Amino acid sequence: MKDVRDALMVARNTDGKLVRRPLSPHVQVYRWPLSMALSILHRITGVALGVGTLLMTWWLVAAASSDAAFATAEGFIGSPIGLLLLFGWSLALFFHLFSGIRHLVWDAGFGFDEPAYNTSGWAVVIATGVCTVLAWGIGLAVW
Amino acid sequence: MVAFNLPLNSRIGQGKTFKAPAGAKRVREFKIYRWSPDDGKNPRTDTYEIDLDECGPMVLDALIKIKNEVDPTLTFRRSCREGICGSCAMNIDGRNTLACLKPIEDVKGAVKISPLPHMPVVKDLVPDLSQIYAQYRSVKPWMQADTPAPPDGERLQSKEERAKMDGMWECILCFCCSTACPSYWWNGDRYLGPAVLLAAYRWIADSRDEATGQRLDELEDPFKLYRCHTIMNCTDTCPKGLNPAKAIGAIKQLIVERQR
Repeated sequence: MKDVRDALMVARNTDGKLVRRPLSPHVQVYRWPLSMALSILHRITGVALGVGTLLMTWWLVAAASSDAAFATAEGFIGSPIGLLLLFGWSLALFFHLFSGIRHLVWDAGFGFDEPAYNTSGWAVVIATGVCTVLAWGIGLAVW
Repeated sequence: MVAFNLPLNSRIGQGKTFKAPAGAKRVREFKIYRWSPDDGKNPRTDTYEIDLDECGPMVLDALIKIKNEVDPTLTFRRSCREGICGSCAMNIDGRNTLACLKPIEDVKGAVKISPLPHMPVVKDLVPDLSQIYAQYRSVKPWMQADTPAPPDGERLQSKEERAKMDGMWECILCFCCSTACPSYWWNGDRYLGPAVLLAAYRWIADSRDEATGQRLDELEDPFKLYRCHTIMNCTDTCPKGLNPAKAIGAIKQLIVERQR
């Protein structure tokens, strides 16, 4: 679909000649507030979780199919690259979880005021960090 | 549509530098976006060195000083110089605000000024607001009532009913919020944006208005209303301290409530 705003990009100069107007700078100049960064991260982690779930599915399907397939999957997930992916997946999971709860609270009509929305933003960041470290601490200790 | 890069004709080049007069002690650089429809060139950033000892405290004071004393071609909108008219809305130091309410001292280093983001530029710091005015008109920002007004006076409200409009009637339509919203940047052709949705809620919340149902019907649209993803840039940037995100949340809640 063509953007109707294109019509506003055409103007006439002082001589009456048609000229194309520039678009004013946006992400190039905007200084990111915390909430803006968390908002785009929510979307990025959502996509990452979708991709990461494929990895988890592969692991489960391998476990159900054969010892050899399971060993391959285990081998990959236990490798440095696999562990890095798993770490990223857990980070994305905790972030998306807490950020999702923040969105639920907004949808229920709370937390729109300053400083509530900034406090809740930092709470999401801290909870994500703490839970990821805890999960890996416990996970590696048991492993 | 999402497009992070500026179109080729909108890329910003290096412009001229206007030096401060000799002997100036408190010099501050103002880096200002310039574009003219008459020179056939891309936008550029001009640098003006201003002696703060010879300038008023607000960014608008510096702009007026530049226009009066340094470069009369600099173009910007201004009128009331006290945060009531909404004319001097622009992007200062990476956030949208009113130049008249922004103290120069609040900015560290060079003061970077560009027009309201992601808008067609008429000249320098003047954006074309036609689209956003048309969207404002589309929410019918006036009272609609079938019941005739009492013959002997105004339509009355209780104090509680009147209080529901607080935080909305104060909007001066400067559009700092709408042009701070990434959703409005990418989908502003169909998404109404925070300023217009706040205006829509002002009439929904008005006890004297009798068109609440139609107003909600018209807003219940995947683009007009639901492109709001609670990014919060609107509330974060509003120079009047209003909360468009909360008003949009209230509209979404009313739409859910009436489905019960």
